[in-house]
Amino acid sequence: MANEYLVEVSHLKQYFPIRSGFKTIPLKAVDDVSFNIRPGETLGLVGESGCGKTTVGRTLLRLYKPTDGTVTFNGTEVTDKNIHALRKEMQMVFQDPYSSLNPRMTVEDIIGEPLDVHKLYSTRAERHEKVMELMETVGLNADHATRYAHEFSGGQRQRIGIARALAVDPKFIVCDEPVSALDVSIQAQVVNMFEDLQKQRGMAYLFIAHDLLVVRHISNRIAVMYLGHMMEMADSKELMDHPIHPYTESLLSAVPIPDPKTARSSQRIVLEGDVPSPLNMPTGCPFRTRCKYATDQCAAQRPELRDRGNGHFVACWNR
Amino acid sequence: MSDYKYILDVQDLHTTFKTDNGEVHAVNGVSFCLEPGQTLGIVGESGSGKSVTAYSVMQILADNGGITGGKVLYKGEDIAKWNSKQMAGFRGKCCSIIFQDPMTSLNPVFSIGYQLEEAVLLHTDRTRSEAKQRAVEMLTLVGVNEPEKRVKQYPHELSGGMRQRVMIAMALACEPDILIADEPTTALDVTIQAQILELMQSLQKKLGMAIIMVTHDLGVIAQMCDEIIVMYGGRVCERGTADDIFYAPAHEYTKGLLRSIPTLSNTDERLVPIGGTPINLLNMPKGCAFCPRCDQAMKICLNQVPEEIRLDDHHLAACWMNIKELYKEENA
Repeated sequence: MANEYLVEVSHLKQYFPIRSGFKTIPLKAVDDVSFNIRPGETLGLVGESGCGKTTVGRTLLRLYKPTDGTVTFNGTEVTDKNIHALRKEMQMVFQDPYSSLNPRMTVEDIIGEPLDVHKLYSTRAERHEKVMELMETVGLNADHATRYAHEFSGGQRQRIGIARALAVDPKFIVCDEPVSALDVSIQAQVVNMFEDLQKQRGMAYLFIAHDLLVVRHISNRIAVMYLGHMMEMADSKELMDHPIHPYTESLLSAVPIPDPKTARSSQRIVLEGDVPSPLNMPTGCPFRTRCKYATDQCAAQRPELRDRGNGHFVACWNR
Repeated sequence: MSDYKYILDVQDLHTTFKTDNGEVHAVNGVSFCLEPGQTLGIVGESGSGKSVTAYSVMQILADNGGITGGKVLYKGEDIAKWNSKQMAGFRGKCCSIIFQDPMTSLNPVFSIGYQLEEAVLLHTDRTRSEAKQRAVEMLTLVGVNEPEKRVKQYPHELSGGMRQRVMIAMALACEPDILIADEPTTALDVTIQAQILELMQSLQKKLGMAIIMVTHDLGVIAQMCDEIIVMYGGRVCERGTADDIFYAPAHEYTKGLLRSIPTLSNTDERLVPIGGTPINLLNMPKGCAFCPRCDQAMKICLNQVPEEIRLDDHHLAACWMNIKELYKEENA
């Protein structure tokens, strides 16, 4: 069966139980989020810390068992039973290249581990050859295969992490803030590599990041999250040029633009206050406590994510 | 006190750390001056020596490090020669610093109010009750709501943005002439970052202190600074006004840096990264620090450290390419 979408997420919920005294209250990290990703597409996922974007990425790969909702990959619903096989198709690159690589393993073993798990070689020599090939693909010197992770710089470590994800030749990679721990001059190297690999292999990405300029550069579409809810989703150009949701608007205006003239002329919309605690979520729209357009309806009812034409989805009563 | 034009005048500063693997020259001859009320940006990657430069001014370096050369003139007096007692008077009262991570720079076992009062009591001759009042006043100034309630709270009860506000309140409690901000918004979300930057700008207008903004974020620099210094490998590559640096960069590193960041206009283009890996300070090249990563490197770059070449009134760059250009112009 041919599917239009590679990954379909519908009504995904992820609650974490928080014990406080004798009671256990749910922390709603992700609350009713739905989106789809086409083959070969990059969906950018942005939001502030604590908005649940990383949780969405991890739940897709079933690193967490979702509280409710389904994730469908290539027409098959992801369950506990088939996730092992499906991880050959979907992989993850983590944010911190320092803690996501085992310090006791050589680079060859780190990159070779997915091959071991999925039994993708018949002889040691074949494994070695595959690892060498992967190291070359991500621009690492193949002579360094016997080294340990701590001998590499941040950018090189992130390359090791990417090579590990590529080892099983996946169709879909969740990239969880893959460049935020890197220096500016190194970020561009890694961003370019992601783009090249996508062209060569036709993979789809879920690109999670808080740097909007990087996300805009790499993504076809962008989704904005706030307190576990999806606020807006659209083509990246459409979203950046014509944001509809007041939260997206203020998020975009808060991004410091590396251009003094624009910076001087642009009017920043500075939001008041902080993000509310997800344990004590406002009723209705989660953004209403900081929104200047908030009305009684916003407090009473949560707005649904609706299509405003051309695949521009917005969850807001007033816009 | 002698006449001075600059509130801070750093001349040929050298800072060195002794490590088991040898001496690390973190800052190699950095000079800059700061006028009262001005905002100076120091931008660079990790390991470029931008933070160490700031720490050297405050003399809050780790035990294995120290200033090994150069002068730090504050209102015309060389504070690099001051003893620790004199420096204790300098910090807080004349010059304050806020750090990147507001969680680790506040003491978790004392209330916000106590920590604010401490700063006030240490540097002024106010009584404790006056200091208490001052703490509330400062919190109001930095936009913390319900300051009377907040002074009794502990750092863990506040959000990241609130903690950074408290840090700013503490830094400004004794009305210093200079505020050094070392990556003040790196740990914060964009919307909170916008709040803090706005706050710093409005406080500068109100109180008139000079700000040294140390950051790797070119966006923050573009928004905040009048003058910019670009550092690489412990040296100044280029200095100039924001317009000079962003619209007429004259050092290959600055050019590379600007090409490598995504902006609003280059979405469809490929980014042009700077090749190679960041510098290893233990193994510095003999010539220009950037030359192993530079596409335009010439023979002279390998052997000789480039001097700063004046291109304009305020615009200086330490790159041999400019000599080549000047030479071409002269011969043409």
